[in-house]
Amino acid sequence: MLLKSLKKQKNELANSQRQLELLSNGVFETGELPKFSAQLASLKQFPLKPKTLEILQINIGYMCNQVCAHCHVDAGPDRKEIMTRETMQQCLDVIKKTGAHTLDLTGGAPEMNPEFRWFVEEATKIGVKDFIVRSNLTIITANKKYYDLPDFFKKHNIHVISSMPHWTKGKTDKQRGDGVFNASIKALKMLNAVGYGMPGSELKLDLVYNPSGAFLPGDQAALESDFKKALLSDFSIQFHELFSITNLPISRFLDYLIASENYEDYMYSLVEAFNPEAVGNVMCTNTLSVSWDGWLYDCDFNQMLELKVDSTVQHISEFDKDALENRTICISQHCYGCTAGAGSSCQGTVT
Amino acid sequence: MSKSYYDPSDLKKFGNITEWNEELGGKFFDYYGKVFEEGALTAREKSLIALAVSHVVKCPYCIDAYTQDGLQRGITKEEMMEAVHAGAAIESGATLVHSVQMMNKYKKLSM
Repeated sequence: MLLKSLKKQKNELANSQRQLELLSNGVFETGELPKFSAQLASLKQFPLKPKTLEILQINIGYMCNQVCAHCHVDAGPDRKEIMTRETMQQCLDVIKKTGAHTLDLTGGAPEMNPEFRWFVEEATKIGVKDFIVRSNLTIITANKKYYDLPDFFKKHNIHVISSMPHWTKGKTDKQRGDGVFNASIKALKMLNAVGYGMPGSELKLDLVYNPSGAFLPGDQAALESDFKKALLSDFSIQFHELFSITNLPISRFLDYLIASENYEDYMYSLVEAFNPEAVGNVMCTNTLSVSWDGWLYDCDFNQMLELKVDSTVQHISEFDKDALENRTICISQHCYGCTAGAGSSCQGTVT
Repeated sequence: MSKSYYDPSDLKKFGNITEWNEELGGKFFDYYGKVFEEGALTAREKSLIALAVSHVVKCPYCIDAYTQDGLQRGITKEEMMEAVHAGAAIESGATLVHSVQMMNKYKKLSM
């Protein structure tokens, strides 16, 4: 069981440059597998360009109460990167002037940022169509000061999206840590109790499924049906939609793939499952990711690889919609994770 | 040439069998694909049947493929092992039911 982040362990994969080297070497260097850029070129979609900005995803800090084995953020209690109120204010100024219909707060555990509630209150006043908080669930039960989160979410009509890798305890705890399953079940019941996830309820509660190992997610609709059946019959828990997300080969998941000698086979699976249809809808074409210190990225994964947007504008303080929409999206082999099978994004499949 | 009869990387080349007979290979893969579609049985149920049969016919490629397929579908290890036991029980039963023939023959030849 992981207790420390790769960064704290001084693991070489905490270095984004090292990760990018690994992703370009081996089977991709020898030409055994085609590079992502070559796949896009064969579809005449290289370089990849963004469309209209629809989703602003803001990572308000890498601190988390969990240390999940697959976490692409390398989040954990030992991570101290936290967004300040000043940077949040810069984000609010941008939210006011963009036409983005979705605001998506993520982390770490976003609720652990001391300014989280202030930020939610201020952002709610601006009014976006869909205001998402990615909650890991266990934070709700972690400490008395978080017990009222379901009511706080309800008051601000927050769309809650939470992770759950399986409907059984064994698989969930293996990926997310001992005790996570029981705490998640308790938190889901608290959310259901205030109306979240109930049939017909406007309080949206969706779950995210990540495979707990070196394999791709199965059919999203079939998994959703299995999750619903099991959570309802075993725990009387209800939720709205299940988003199935492919694990991208970066950070802790990359470390796991290499240590378990699954890296090459996994990359083969991703490349074999490459779906040209998914390319047009990958999330970097309608999303911008903002880091805790205000830098802009094409997605949360590129943020962790420290691949800033390829634009004259790189920081939220100098946000310029036109300049950003003219940029070229930064890619590497990890991008195969978003184009495999039915495609993958923070909103689930894309085809 | 490999010194081993089985090479895990050969599974990735399965589709290449059509290169030497496109018509029959193509028909086989069409049939195979159709069989595993959702039908009166769910694709999940068929995956478990395939896993059990993979063990009975002792196909290492199929075991790799359907263990991975099961994981992708969220099938638990308990379900997988029960499926394998179902296959193994039929295989043992098929052996043991022949002992009736042995018993018959024994009785016929004995005074």
